[in-house]
Amino acid sequence: MEGDIAQFGQFIGAGLAAIGSGLSAIGVGSVAANYLSGALRNPSAAASQTATLFIGLAFAEALGIFSFLVALLLMFAV
Amino acid sequence: MATETVALVEGEEPGGLVFHPFDQFEIKPLFGEIGDPVSWYTITNATFWMALAALSVILLLVVGTRGRAVIPSRVQSAAELIYGFVYKMVEDVTGKEGLKYFPWIMTLFLFILFSNYLGLLPLAFTPTSHIAVTAVLALGVFIAVTVIGFVKNGMAFLGLFWMKEAPLFLRPVIAIIEVISYFVRPVSHSIRLAGNLVAGHAMIKVFAGFAAIAAISPLSIVAITAIYGLEVLVAGIQAYVFTILTCIYLKDALHPSH
Repeated sequence: MEGDIAQFGQFIGAGLAAIGSGLSAIGVGSVAANYLSGALRNPSAAASQTATLFIGLAFAEALGIFSFLVALLLMFAV
Repeated sequence: MATETVALVEGEEPGGLVFHPFDQFEIKPLFGEIGDPVSWYTITNATFWMALAALSVILLLVVGTRGRAVIPSRVQSAAELIYGFVYKMVEDVTGKEGLKYFPWIMTLFLFILFSNYLGLLPLAFTPTSHIAVTAVLALGVFIAVTVIGFVKNGMAFLGLFWMKEAPLFLRPVIAIIEVISYFVRPVSHSIRLAGNLVAGHAMIKVFAGFAAIAAISPLSIVAITAIYGLEVLVAGIQAYVFTILTCIYLKDALHPSH
């Protein structure tokens, strides 16, 4: 084992930030699942809501990307 | 190619598998090494791939539709499909008043789409994976939308932050949240695009590193193929998301009273 305590904290922090990426996957899944269940109940309205679907996916996904960015900053920039 | 890279990397640091998934995002001059007198006068790979994206857009739209045939050729119908797709998106989201800004949104969409797709070529560089590039695009959208909002509506544009539907005692709290979320827009707008592309390209490189281990190399090559397919999807979707968010921000500027 080499390295110092700062590097240790860096790696631990990057790993913790990766949890955030995983949690945003739950959000993305929830958006897609609710869209699908709505679309199966009323298929005629589904096509008009795809734009809303993608916006919802983008917003949920952006938060995961932010935590991924925190992990990257800890690994490569700090 | 992947095995070569890893072998080369292992040559540097013997023992253990070393990944360098972020080397592909390095900006270097096209000719000469960094620090050479030659390198000062050459463009970088970022400039080169951005110019290539712009050139592809020109090829598609200007050269592709030159014939103006009634029965379109393949390139012309692709150009017409993209034009119609973006036109309908702008019209659906912003209404008739937004169509004045259609050329701007079309330019954004095509530039991002072609940068994303050209970046998926082997050995290519993805300009949109750099926050410097996407932040300029997103700040352009942010400043333009704010200026359009104030020019079109005057001070009534501030009604965007003052929710008339909410109960009176909640309105100041909501106003603060709305102002913060308004100023976070360019940040999330740019990082969403860059982050998605960085994540995807780095993931391909990490799996390419796994291909050096003989036991799991077939699995890893299959995984690279699958992730590449996903990345083709993501490249298109992120260009679409960036564009439709631009449309939504534009709609907010044109009709601030929700």
